[in-house]
Amino acid sequence: MSQLERKISYTTSKSLKPKIRLKNSLWFMYLPALLLIFTFIVYPFFNGVKLSFTNWNGFSQDYEWVGLEQYKRMLTDPTTWLVVKNTLIYGLGSTLLQNIVGLLYALLLNKKIRFKSVTRIIVYLPVIISPLIMGYIWYFFFAYQGGALNDILLLLGFDKINALANPNMNVWIIVFVNTFQFVGIAMIIFLAGLQSISNEYYEAARIDGASSFQQFKKITLPLLAPSITINIVLNTIGGLKLFDVIFALTGGGPGNASQSMSTYMYDLYFQQQNAAYAATQGILMVFIILILSLSALVYFKSKEVEA
Amino acid sequence: MGSRNRMLKNLLAGIAIFIAAFHIIPFYIMITTSFKRESDFSSKWIFPDYLRLENFAEAWSQAHLGTAFMNSIIITAISAVLLIILGSMASYPLARYTTRLNKAVYYFIISIMVVPPLTALVPLYKLVVDIGMMNTRTIAILNNTTAFLPLTVFLYAGFIRSTVPRELEEAARIDGAGTLGIFYKIVFPLLKPVTATVLIISSVFIWNDYQFAIFFLQDNDVQTITVALAGFFGQNQSNLSLVAAAALMAVLPMTIVFLFLQKYFIQGLAGGSVKG
Repeated sequence: MSQLERKISYTTSKSLKPKIRLKNSLWFMYLPALLLIFTFIVYPFFNGVKLSFTNWNGFSQDYEWVGLEQYKRMLTDPTTWLVVKNTLIYGLGSTLLQNIVGLLYALLLNKKIRFKSVTRIIVYLPVIISPLIMGYIWYFFFAYQGGALNDILLLLGFDKINALANPNMNVWIIVFVNTFQFVGIAMIIFLAGLQSISNEYYEAARIDGASSFQQFKKITLPLLAPSITINIVLNTIGGLKLFDVIFALTGGGPGNASQSMSTYMYDLYFQQQNAAYAATQGILMVFIILILSLSALVYFKSKEVEA
Repeated sequence: MGSRNRMLKNLLAGIAIFIAAFHIIPFYIMITTSFKRESDFSSKWIFPDYLRLENFAEAWSQAHLGTAFMNSIIITAISAVLLIILGSMASYPLARYTTRLNKAVYYFIISIMVVPPLTALVPLYKLVVDIGMMNTRTIAILNNTTAFLPLTVFLYAGFIRSTVPRELEEAARIDGAGTLGIFYKIVFPLLKPVTATVLIISSVFIWNDYQFAIFFLQDNDVQTITVALAGFFGQNQSNLSLVAAAALMAVLPMTIVFLFLQKYFIQGLAGGSVKG
């Protein structure tokens, strides 16, 4: 509808005054933005593809072409798969938790109850704090020596645990800290979604004798589909590129046990001086993020249509 | 029925308090820790009966927080202004004059949003070394600005398309105003709500950025707060009180701004992500 209107106004404005013909694209207005994007995103990206076929160490001026050597190494390197697994846990684990907890918080704080505003603000606060510093703040809680968690465990008569150095635990602690930090965004998006649902649906359902759970399943959830899509795409991208929290809590260790693709790339570059291999890992990361976020988008968009 | 309803509401309010208390725990631990002596091994849950304020003075000078704050302020402020100027200017033709070229440019810019620029950090690092811009605030500004341009263009273009009336611009054009004049005098002032969103989103994320900063700002005199804090943490892992004092000072400014402007922050960040 608006397209037609636009066409009409377009032609009328043209016929009104020939001087205002929109002959050019005003490209000079977006040229600065495009130049920046090409210089600092597009060029480095393609240069990264080029470097992945070399053995550049990150510092010297010379390097040799090694063909698919780095890719072969990447696919046979057991650390790659450990790191991909961790990255998926960070991405998908945080997404699942943030959505479930965020939805529960939103459902509760959407009710007319006391303390709802102050609770919303407190839950939201970590969103504006640096993930690195949030990591350090949680470090005071989980630290082996003098951490708040061990203070409780000792008080209750248990042994101290070194949670951050335990490879079975620290990956999940990182998921927890990331969820804690960003659940506020999921909550706010769900709250906005809940407030846009008209009360009439619920009234009609109540008249028909639908239970609270039926109302939730048949009205709330389907109508929240757009909010769920946004949350899933946002949280997946955020979780997959997780860096700061890992850096603050475990440094990727012990060994590579809690390394994500981002921290592994950093490690390969600066600690192991293997820049070409780090660039190859970067390309794998682009693929994983693209595949996951696009499939999430397509899947949940199709759900929205049904709803 | 009425009293049952009230009991339920009280129960839910109780749950809300419980959630709030749970979310305060790490901040509470940070605060108690930051006031304690290094030799104080009492539980982190217990507030000390004294306040060792020297922790803050020592952390401030040893972590070079003064310089770090200055750098973070400069980098964040200039990046945000650049984003607003370049982003709004770029979005105007992309939203208004949908020629084939402009459509292609728009979709190209938007598609970059999916790929985090951080995946190309290694070659970006090489580029920065090659052009001799390592350890400069300028490169931090350029990188951060570029990283948030796609989202900024997306927000501005969407707003221009949906809310800025065409008629105003056409009237001005008939009065003989040039394109740039129309944009700055008529369109830009109408974009205030998105400008606020862009300002909030970019300030929060650029202020908190660590991943770009750790790659490009390693010298003491260009370090931002996050880099300074990471370095300080590395040196003082045994003295958590000092680190907690530094962390508390580092999060305080943004927290205060947030508490005063929380309505705008929550709307802005959620608005940006809803549209993003």
